[in-house]
Amino acid sequence: MKHIITIIQKQLKDTLKNKPILIQFIMFPLFSIVMTHAIQIQEMPENFFVNLFATMYIGMAPLVSISAIISEEKEKNTLRVLLMADVSPVQYLIGIGSYVFFMCIIGGVIFCCLLNNVTNTQRIFFLLIMSIGIIASIVTGASIGVGSKNQMTATSVTIPVMMIFSFAPMLSMFNDKIEKISKIIYSEQIRNLINNLENGGDCMQNITVILLNIIVFGTLFSVLYKKRGLT
Amino acid sequence: MAVLIEVNNLSFSFGEKQILKDISLTVEKEDIIGLLGPSGAGKTTLVNILTGQLKLQNGVIKTFHNRNLISGIMMDSFGLYDRLTVWDNLKIFADIYQVPHSRIETLLNRAELINDKKTIVNHLSKGMRNRVNFCRALLKDMDILYLDEPTSGLDPATTDKIHKLIEEERKTGTTIFLTTHNMHEAEKLCNKIILLNEGTVIEQGIPEEICMKYNIENTRELVLKNGEKHILQNNRENAAILFEMMKDEKIISIHSSEPDLEKVFLYLTGRKLNE
Repeated sequence: MKHIITIIQKQLKDTLKNKPILIQFIMFPLFSIVMTHAIQIQEMPENFFVNLFATMYIGMAPLVSISAIISEEKEKNTLRVLLMADVSPVQYLIGIGSYVFFMCIIGGVIFCCLLNNVTNTQRIFFLLIMSIGIIASIVTGASIGVGSKNQMTATSVTIPVMMIFSFAPMLSMFNDKIEKISKIIYSEQIRNLINNLENGGDCMQNITVILLNIIVFGTLFSVLYKKRGLT
Repeated sequence: MAVLIEVNNLSFSFGEKQILKDISLTVEKEDIIGLLGPSGAGKTTLVNILTGQLKLQNGVIKTFHNRNLISGIMMDSFGLYDRLTVWDNLKIFADIYQVPHSRIETLLNRAELINDKKTIVNHLSKGMRNRVNFCRALLKDMDILYLDEPTSGLDPATTDKIHKLIEEERKTGTTIFLTTHNMHEAEKLCNKIILLNEGTVIEQGIPEEICMKYNIENTRELVLKNGEKHILQNNRENAAILFEMMKDEKIISIHSSEPDLEKVFLYLTGRKLNE
């Protein structure tokens, strides 16, 4: 546990000086605050910007940050040094994963505070959906980080994957074909869950797709980890 | 002295390529052992196997009383957190090893880095980064310290500082395993040398003894007061001549012809150490 806390503390200090990663965590919550207060059109659905940016945030921030952190540590040999210093790969991954989760859930809380006309139960449900989405993105991003030899490779893989998970739900609002295809990805199901927050209803199908995504990317992660290890 | 590590018939390959062939060596307690060889000789691979970063494929590694040795490692690739300060970099590892933070102060003082403890690592020179790396390797009490080319690419003044730190550490009883392709460094610091070429140990022992062993010319070069230079074979006849010259105070200097490690390596392999 002590090692995990050290990893989290280290990452927290590092992120404060690492602008590209810091931007990932604050960009969409900030957009959401600004847009919610600046643009108010009568026909616009309730919580439109919060729903839109929260979905994009889930598809981008955890995925990009964790893959960037792992691949940078691999490239600069800091990960190797940590592992030689009695930190186990599991401790490292839990430390980094927890750190990204907590940073992202802060954004989730900001989105939650921006929601209008929802009950406290719905707010808790919203945070739960955000948490599941963040976990799915963390597993996906960690797979990319573990599978990449260096930062450049990780970036070249992360960008298209992030574009799919982050933008497909938004584009599916305007195109039926994209909507049909994007039903299989977790971020689209997160968008559906958030959009149906006020209506409630059956969400088993959404949850099933998200869990299947987590299982698929979890399997991919374990295959890559067994093949490449952390260093 | 007690044997700390004994390696027998170690071989290692990456795929088809054989990197190390039939390596056997011993490391005794409180040795400074120098692993010398040109780039690509297999030095780092051997250190990576000894430190457990690479799995042993063939051969046997025995350790003192068969226990896991506590190792400190300083690699040539830095592995420092560039955006963090010197202090923060060391604090991470002090927390992992659970050593008091006062140990960081002590080491920074020794490495003459105490005034730079709040400097971001990215702003340090290569020599200073090496010293931070050295401090990190020394944070915990250890049996053996592995140094992988600690002075590679450094200026003479910084190299001297690193050498001073290595000698100080040896005085505390730490065994040091140094890889280098700088034979002057090895001659200065090490009490035992292993010469490695193309993955094979071609010679090992005490540096002076190795040099004497390959003293094939076996001559003495004399510089006389009148400016003349003479090269004399080491034999009974020339000993008498030398004695006479010394008696008459004709000699300014006498140099023996024994080779340095560089020449020994060249003699054994036909290539230079820094190739």
